[in-house]
Amino acid sequence: MRIFSTKKYALFIAALLLVNGWAQPGNAAPEKLVLTGASTIAPLAAEIARRFEAQHPGTRIDVQTGGSSRGINDTRNGTAGIGMVSRALKPAEQDLQAHTIALDGVGLILNASNPISGLSRQQVIDIYTGKIINWKTLGGRDAPITAINKAEGRSTLELFLGYLKLKNSDIRPHVIIGDNAQGIKTVAGNPNAIGYVSIGAAEYEARHGTPIKLLPLDGVAATVVNVRNGTFPLSRPLNLVTRAAPQGLARDFIAFARSEQVHDLVEAQYFVPVGFR
Amino acid sequence: MIWSRHNILSPSVSVDTLTLWLLRGAAGAAMGVVLLILLFLAIESWPALRHISIERFLTDPSWNPGENLYNLAPMLSGTLYAAAGALLLATPLGIASALFIAYYASPHAASIYRRLVELLAGIPSVVYGFWGLTTLVPLINQLHPPGASLLAGILVLTLMILPTIALTAYAALLAVPGEYMLGATALGLSRWGTIRGVALPAAKTGIAAGVILAAGRAIGETMALLMVTGNVVQNASSLFEPIRTLAANIALEMPYAMNDHRAALFVSGLALMLLVMLLWSIAARLARNGNG
Repeated sequence: MRIFSTKKYALFIAALLLVNGWAQPGNAAPEKLVLTGASTIAPLAAEIARRFEAQHPGTRIDVQTGGSSRGINDTRNGTAGIGMVSRALKPAEQDLQAHTIALDGVGLILNASNPISGLSRQQVIDIYTGKIINWKTLGGRDAPITAINKAEGRSTLELFLGYLKLKNSDIRPHVIIGDNAQGIKTVAGNPNAIGYVSIGAAEYEARHGTPIKLLPLDGVAATVVNVRNGTFPLSRPLNLVTRAAPQGLARDFIAFARSEQVHDLVEAQYFVPVGFR
Repeated sequence: MIWSRHNILSPSVSVDTLTLWLLRGAAGAAMGVVLLILLFLAIESWPALRHISIERFLTDPSWNPGENLYNLAPMLSGTLYAAAGALLLATPLGIASALFIAYYASPHAASIYRRLVELLAGIPSVVYGFWGLTTLVPLINQLHPPGASLLAGILVLTLMILPTIALTAYAALLAVPGEYMLGATALGLSRWGTIRGVALPAAKTGIAAGVILAAGRAIGETMALLMVTGNVVQNASSLFEPIRTLAANIALEMPYAMNDHRAALFVSGLALMLLVMLLWSIAARLARNGNG
């Protein structure tokens, strides 16, 4: 087997160093703000940040994901200026201030080929606790149900369990997923699966031809419109949180994120802007 | 020796000394990193180990960190089932591939086949996972729902470690001294007789090393398994039941974990590390006995 000569190796290292050197910004350090937290909010926050940077030269907004828990943690210990939290703050988190920038609904999804057209809250509970294991019981075809649950710690899971008044150890899942995209792909690939994901993400995928459908809950259709008017039962606020009353750049950014100037960005992500209710 | 010429022309030993210390430094750094990783894992798991006794990680009724239940045993078994299943499938296939390239295929076909196997080794694991999720899982679902299962994990892992086994086995076969093969031919042995009686025994250690390398990858593989095994924490009683591996557990829950939950995930990492170290020590003992 031929091995790279020393000369080639040196050239390679030199090239690496050169590319690295180019990546260094030449100008003075810009004013910087770090956002960390929920993966649901991160794409929206990144879009808002890009527009904010364009309007405020000399600022840099850094958006990182890692979940609502990380957003809370990083804001508390000062790693992040602003945390992104995709739920209302818990009683133990009242030391932080929440600024709602949008609303999001969590909807149950089925494969598009599934004939079931609606489920009651009790039926959802029975499916997820393993009391109903075949679609036939619910008037569907004779096929076993594949219940998809979210991994421990996700805010979607907490919202879902809170709505059904269940503990995670009561749930009898067949598949456990991480993010929304994995859930949508799993349901799209399995005609007998049921899962729950962000309505925004599901509506977007369904419109772009992914074979899934959103189920009405308690008779209320799972649509962005019903999340906006507050009738959909399984919805959550998307919050930016700060340790104290925000100052300087953080204050400007939060005000910008809640203003009319970003409503088109919020709607582009299939979330619901605040101030419409 | 070529090296000695330098010493005759320039009696100074400074280059040799420098090389020696450079190599010592590199070896020390490599060893230090492993020790630091172990230390880091131990420090990060300490908050959990301090007030959760070790046996609770094996005897708690379930894995529900939100409710202070931390049973790792089903994930330990899941990891071992998936890795063992994949090794069981990939080892014969890999050795057969290596024999095909080395002794049976025409030089042209062997070259094409070897390139293909090398390509297989270079595919990122997330691509295998994506293929598994969109193709393999729906296929198994038709056979026996829910599709995301131990079987899907084993099949994807087999594909991923097959090239490692095939390429190391091929290298080991190539390293068998030509005189052995000539001797076997001179004795009038058939091709299969030569392979079974001469080539395979001579290449045994190299092949075993490849299998162990593959086992390490199989145990540590995360992304692809996360996507196809269903990630339900349970002791699988059949191939069609979903499982969660230790590595997948860490990847799935780490971004969202805090306090004891986070520390318990580092305990998963520590368990994984110990598992791999155990495997290596067994392998080292086997290799010693094999050579001795």
